[in-house]
Amino acid sequence: MFPLSRINLLKLLLILSIFGFLFIAQNNFNDYTIRILNNIAIFIVLAASYNLINGVTGQFSLEPNGFVAIGAYVTALALLSEDMKWELFQLEDPHPYILALNLDLIPALLLSGIAATVVAVFLATPVFRVRGDYLAIVTLGFGFIIKVIAINTPEFTNGSIGLNEIPSVINLYWTGGIAILTVIFMLNIIYSKYGRAMKAVRDDEDAASAIGINTFKIKTLAFGTSAFFEGVGGGLLAILLSTISPDLFTFFLTFQLLIIIVLGGLGSMTGAIIGSVIVIGGMEWLRFLDAPLSLFGFDFGSHPGLRMVVFSVLLIIIMLFAREGIMGKKELSDIFKKKGSK
Amino acid sequence: MTLEVKNITKNFGGVVAINDTSFSIEEKQIYGLIGPNGAGKTTLFNIITGNYKPSSGDVFLDGVKITKKKNYKIVQAGIARTFQNIRLFSSMSVEENILIGFDNTAKYSYLESMFRLPRFYSNEKNIKQKAYEIMEFLDIAQFKDELATSLSYGSQRKVEIARALATQPKLLLLDEPAAGMNPNETHELANLLFKIRDHYNLTILLIEHDMKFVNHICEKVMVLDYGKTIFEGDIKDAINDEEVIKAYLGDFKHA
Amino acid sequence: MDISTFIQQLINGVSLGSMYGLIAIGYTMVYGVLRLINFAHGDIMMVGAFAAFFGMSILGLNIYTGVLFAILISVIVGVLTDKVAYKPLRHAPRISLLITAIGISFFLENIVNVLFGGTPKSFHAPEFFDQTFTIGDAIFTPLVFIVPFVTIILLLLLLALLYKTKYGIAIRALAFDIKTVALMGIDVNRIIMYVFVIGSSLAAVGGVFWAISYPILTPYMGIMIGLKAFAAAVLGGIGSVYGAFLGGIILGFTEVIFVAFFPEHGGYKDAIAFIFLIFVLLFRPTGIMGINFEKARF
Repeated sequence: MFPLSRINLLKLLLILSIFGFLFIAQNNFNDYTIRILNNIAIFIVLAASYNLINGVTGQFSLEPNGFVAIGAYVTALALLSEDMKWELFQLEDPHPYILALNLDLIPALLLSGIAATVVAVFLATPVFRVRGDYLAIVTLGFGFIIKVIAINTPEFTNGSIGLNEIPSVINLYWTGGIAILTVIFMLNIIYSKYGRAMKAVRDDEDAASAIGINTFKIKTLAFGTSAFFEGVGGGLLAILLSTISPDLFTFFLTFQLLIIIVLGGLGSMTGAIIGSVIVIGGMEWLRFLDAPLSLFGFDFGSHPGLRMVVFSVLLIIIMLFAREGIMGKKELSDIFKKKGSK
Repeated sequence: MTLEVKNITKNFGGVVAINDTSFSIEEKQIYGLIGPNGAGKTTLFNIITGNYKPSSGDVFLDGVKITKKKNYKIVQAGIARTFQNIRLFSSMSVEENILIGFDNTAKYSYLESMFRLPRFYSNEKNIKQKAYEIMEFLDIAQFKDELATSLSYGSQRKVEIARALATQPKLLLLDEPAAGMNPNETHELANLLFKIRDHYNLTILLIEHDMKFVNHICEKVMVLDYGKTIFEGDIKDAINDEEVIKAYLGDFKHA
Repeated sequence: MDISTFIQQLINGVSLGSMYGLIAIGYTMVYGVLRLINFAHGDIMMVGAFAAFFGMSILGLNIYTGVLFAILISVIVGVLTDKVAYKPLRHAPRISLLITAIGISFFLENIVNVLFGGTPKSFHAPEFFDQTFTIGDAIFTPLVFIVPFVTIILLLLLLALLYKTKYGIAIRALAFDIKTVALMGIDVNRIIMYVFVIGSSLAAVGGVFWAISYPILTPYMGIMIGLKAFAAAVLGGIGSVYGAFLGGIILGFTEVIFVAFFPEHGGYKDAIAFIFLIFVLLFRPTGIMGINFEKARF
């Protein structure tokens, strides 16, 4: 069933070496580094899925922070025991459905994904039927609405206080493993008739429908898939952070993902991975910008927020001068192909 | 009749683009839609393919009414088209562009592709095989992995035709296929279209301005002027028709 | 609710709606001319508010020169945004432009954050605005009448500009067919610049009005307001200046009435704009004024 060729053996080797690296990291690196690696892994999950609707299908969307929030809350609520919920919910008593929600890790993550997908399909239908243009604005607004809902339904979410003491049930193997799985799934979709259809919609939507593609269905499929994995990523994030609240999932999260996939190359999964490493690593490294600065002996004082300014300038510069990003639309395997695909 | 266009009228705001036009095409015919610029030929095309909805009138494919159907559904029903200004998918190779045409015949689900289940592999193999056959038939197989938009103009035209053929149509609509070609290339194209028509049992409807080409290849023509049919029939008779001459004012003398 | 409270809410709603309308006009005009949703526009309003704050509290300007200063700064920022970030991408794929707009939006928010610091700023309007007067049982401040009045004047001026001057005709022509206008020998980029000047000025005025009404300023205030203003523009019919104003009024009014009738659900008032947006997309995508930009793509 699984074609045993040189390519597939190489891929298998790659996955094994990644797990090898994770093993070494989990047992030898310090907590800080492990935390960053976990972060990078989760961002790979998010960036790879965000890339599917934005980069591969070419529909500009700003959805991640909303679906990540949904996923985070679903997983957190599913993992917290009934007793914990009674203890944590301070504004109002937890709703019976919330109390009844008790799942293990994998079902919790799956439910996170499914919840996000259901919402996504509802959102996407009015937008894709009419004007794809509006997807960005609708998803941007959606991110805010989720926060509004989270704050105003304390019997479900504990309102602005949020949830904490989420059990820490994952480690690098989980985040790394799910990251690998997500990338594999995304690549499988891209190298199939569905991926071809998505790229066709991106390249020339009118020609795509002139060739028999149901563009509405394809866009919804891509959007729903992105939502699913963003929900799962949100669940992972909730566990990693162990504390979540409505104002945690701000537009900045979406903005980071946008920079990641633009830097890596819109439409390239390899690019999403590279971008995640660079941006998350870079965010840490650039922390010094938010602290008191002194350059060449001059004291510039402390300007928190300078890091964000640098990132926004970075995005603008990439769009103006290096729109294709690092990988363009290509994957690592395309570079090794013999014939000249550009 | 493969295609029947019945009393189509199309208004755009105050402009009457198509004015009560009718014509029909028989099986395996090569039919030409000609007329001066702005006569409404591409509009008519777009109505047949479902991109525009007619203000009134109907279109029938093999007796089945296809008016007002969504355009991707009409493609699935058996009408494929090419564009005046060659719209290939710019990020994909020649093979991928053609595979997209076959994608409706590949019967595997989304989940099957995500999890790489057996049906995925067998269907992909199948359509890749079929795509290769078309590429060989049109003599573009050597460009299989090249970026589609990096080919020469003539080859790109062939890729576009191949992509349309991949949808396994009953009726092929060609929008100015000879545009930008020299007499040699035009002659080659005409022979290619005959070959395709015979091999794939197609009916062909084309819009053209190159009268030599139309003369060579079309068995029947319909002349459109200001959205109205002013002549339908044999091209030899078209040349002598008074209305047609008035519409063109002399173009036919050079055919 | 009695009649005078209702009138009070009505006027409050119209006032709020006028502010939304002022900002919505900028969105609708830029979309009409460039087919671009200028995500940074709400932040231009924020820049105007901060500029007025800076001018009045640090430079010692009065309210009139403060407004002019706000307009000046907003126009400079708006025009620069177009020249530096949007103009180079005129012929790039749409998505590049949208991403850049997001980048500019984020940049503006954070540069203001760095320049002014993270703590919310308190806007001190002249005491004139603090007076209240009552009509029957209803309580009003002067601003609540000034805002709609000024907005309508500006709107009329804008309509006069659009329909009676050659610049206005050029702008409207651009909204219909940018390629043909370029072929007519008209400097398209200059016309686009005028659109940004107009939109930014109105947003600045809206920003100052907002600062007087809700005197706590933060660098991120423009996001939510911008989103709502865009929803208002879509509701009214994107591309139509009347529509932007109309949509703004409807939205402002609905928000105020909603909070008045359902105070316990007040937290949801921000969702109203979003609901309008979805509704319009579902039932009347061209908005109330029904402008249709779908051109022949074949």
